[in-house]
Amino acid sequence: MNHPLPPETSPVPLAPGERLPKAKREKLSPESIAKIKEIAAKFPDRLAGTLPALYIAQREFGFLSLGAMKEVAAALDVPEGHVFGVATFYTMFRKSPVGRYHFEVCTNLSCALNGAAELLQKVVEKTGARVGEGPTADGMWSVEEVECLASCGSGPCIQVNHGVFDEFVDEAKLEAIIDACRRGETAAWGE
Amino acid sequence: MAAIRTKPDHQSYTFPGFGSDRFPNLMLRGAGDLHNWHLKTYQERWEGYEGMRKALKMEPSAVIAEVKASDIRGRGGAGFRAGLKWSFMPKDTPEKKFTRYLVCNGDEGEPGTFKDRAILEYNPHQLIEGMIIGGWAMQCRTGFIYLRGEFAWLIDKLEAAIQEARDAGYLGKDILGTGWDFDILTYRGAGAYICGEETALLNSLEGRRGEPRVKPPFPASVGAFGQPTTVNNVETLAAVAPILRMGGNEYAKLGTPGNTGTRIYGVSGHVKRPGLYELPLGLPLEFLMNDLAGGSSTGAKIKGVIPGGSSAPIFTEKDFDCPLDFDTVRARGSMAGSGGLIVMDERTCMVQACLRLVKFYAHESCGQCTPCREGCNWMEMILHRMEHGQGRPGDLDLLASLPPRINMRTLCPLGDAACGPVESMIAKFRDEFEYHLTHKTCVPGTRSILPAAHAGAH
Ligand SMILES: Cc1cc2nc3c(=O)[nH]c(=O)nc-3n(C[C@H](O)[C@H](O)[C@H](O)COP(=O)(O)O)c2cc1C
Ligand code: SF4
Ligand code: FES
Repeated sequence: MNHPLPPETSPVPLAPGERLPKAKREKLSPESIAKIKEIAAKFPDRLAGTLPALYIAQREFGFLSLGAMKEVAAALDVPEGHVFGVATFYTMFRKSPVGRYHFEVCTNLSCALNGAAELLQKVVEKTGARVGEGPTADGMWSVEEVECLASCGSGPCIQVNHGVFDEFVDEAKLEAIIDACRRGETAAWGE
Repeated sequence: MAAIRTKPDHQSYTFPGFGSDRFPNLMLRGAGDLHNWHLKTYQERWEGYEGMRKALKMEPSAVIAEVKASDIRGRGGAGFRAGLKWSFMPKDTPEKKFTRYLVCNGDEGEPGTFKDRAILEYNPHQLIEGMIIGGWAMQCRTGFIYLRGEFAWLIDKLEAAIQEARDAGYLGKDILGTGWDFDILTYRGAGAYICGEETALLNSLEGRRGEPRVKPPFPASVGAFGQPTTVNNVETLAAVAPILRMGGNEYAKLGTPGNTGTRIYGVSGHVKRPGLYELPLGLPLEFLMNDLAGGSSTGAKIKGVIPGGSSAPIFTEKDFDCPLDFDTVRARGSMAGSGGLIVMDERTCMVQACLRLVKFYAHESCGQCTPCREGCNWMEMILHRMEHGQGRPGDLDLLASLPPRINMRTLCPLGDAACGPVESMIAKFRDEFEYHLTHKTCVPGTRSILPAAHAGAH
């Protein structure tokens, strides 16, 4: 589970997290800071607020830049090193920008037996994004292979933007999922 | 972001006979019905919170005794007796008062396992009821439900169910006049299989990296936030509600002695009716795979079945008559684990299946122990070579030599889990591995299951 530290800038325009100029990505909004403090207070130790806080920061900035992590550390009053360590351990914390629509396809065994490889191929063809290589040039799409999504009996399955979750995905269903994104019916990453 | 799902569900949660005396329906009540999760439905249709009412009138130690009488074994993987685990929690003495926690393990990351989400999605109140009973039995202050990060789509519904329970006075201060305070908080992980391991989960819940801890101390003495803690699987806790309602002895009549009750089996892969099936323990694998799940979906013969989630060694035809309980499956050299069956037909290349599973463990190793971190990567590398027609002479022996050097030499069982598929697949399908080395390709007649970048020549 080693991940490189986040790049501070990315050449890719338009992707969430890049829509804001760098200076604006340095400070968490007062609402986010208040939310973080409120959640942390619910737990016996404020350190437990780290994961929820990183989710909040990720939502605001689009991904976790070094600056975002420092902000989280300050909001929780915990060491910065702790926050970097946590953010880099978990795969759902993004250390670099993703597309407005981030597709995750399970390719673990049960799904693989039922055509996950073909599904992944179709997602790649239809969106033009390359697996694990960040957003497309227009910032719209990114695609990743993920491990089991606990839907093995109804695979292959797909998750979009860590939220919308779909099972038994065939070509028609995939087309519908992509269309819903194109029409903006599915909330964009971070919104 | 995530909303409450409104789509109909295609999964076959039920089969003819489900809910009968032979196949009692204790866990999947109302599963498949998207409105089933409401408190009102749970109470009106499913005898909801009766177990809790009974428990709260009993002494906490009597509740533990009831769970012990049921002899229920943990559904999370290890099959540890829940009553026994609960009795390890320290009790207050006049000199020392403890803050105890109950943690529900909703990480559900084991490939092939998809049962807990059905409880969380369709029957959250049964879990909440089970946690209140457990919380009372162990006199806990707070219950935490740790969910894997990908369960964002069901967290709103679970939160709403918890709020319903609060509004009804089942959670919060002075529950039903007992003077006992208890509340449940949810916590969302962020994509790490290892956080299913109980001590890694506790670290994650504390806001740290999900790295397993050295045991001892066990969670019952030093657990979440340094306090005595019990970690149980979603299904184990949800089963506590019917146990209290029926009485432990009555529950123990289900299944077989030593392997009591019902459990939710998940069947995936090459079967006609994949899905979840609740059965008493001890029914034969064939019955579940052929009679209920409909047998092979491809028309090709079934070649192998992984009987208890991806970490369980594979079974071949000669073991398809194995009763699915903890002890017999273990005696036959595998494990009942999390109850997820992965069915593979004759056209599945075992080298590919093995590579895909090992890739998972190599990716999910937390990296604390050298044998696991390096060993899993070595196994992946060797299998990758074999699959890509670049296998070297001696690779098979090298691969086979790794599991004994990982097994039982690591902090947590993830290392052992990675060895299960490798050792058993080599033992049972050695010819396929050898074929890859000599012919640099898969056995003719198999079809590739790996994405193009990983697949070998076909
Ligand atoms: C690598 C690893 C992953 C695990 N994943 C899970 C999981 O996803 N869900 C779960 O309930 N238990 C999981 N376990 C088992 C837990 O450590 C623990 O035994 C279980 O939650 C105890 O609950 P039970 O006694 O009710 O079965 C895992 C164990 C290991 C070693
Ligand atoms: S066995 Fe693997 S996953 Fe478990 S603690 Fe060691 S390195 Fe981490
Ligand atoms: S293997 Fe794809 S969801 Fe489990």
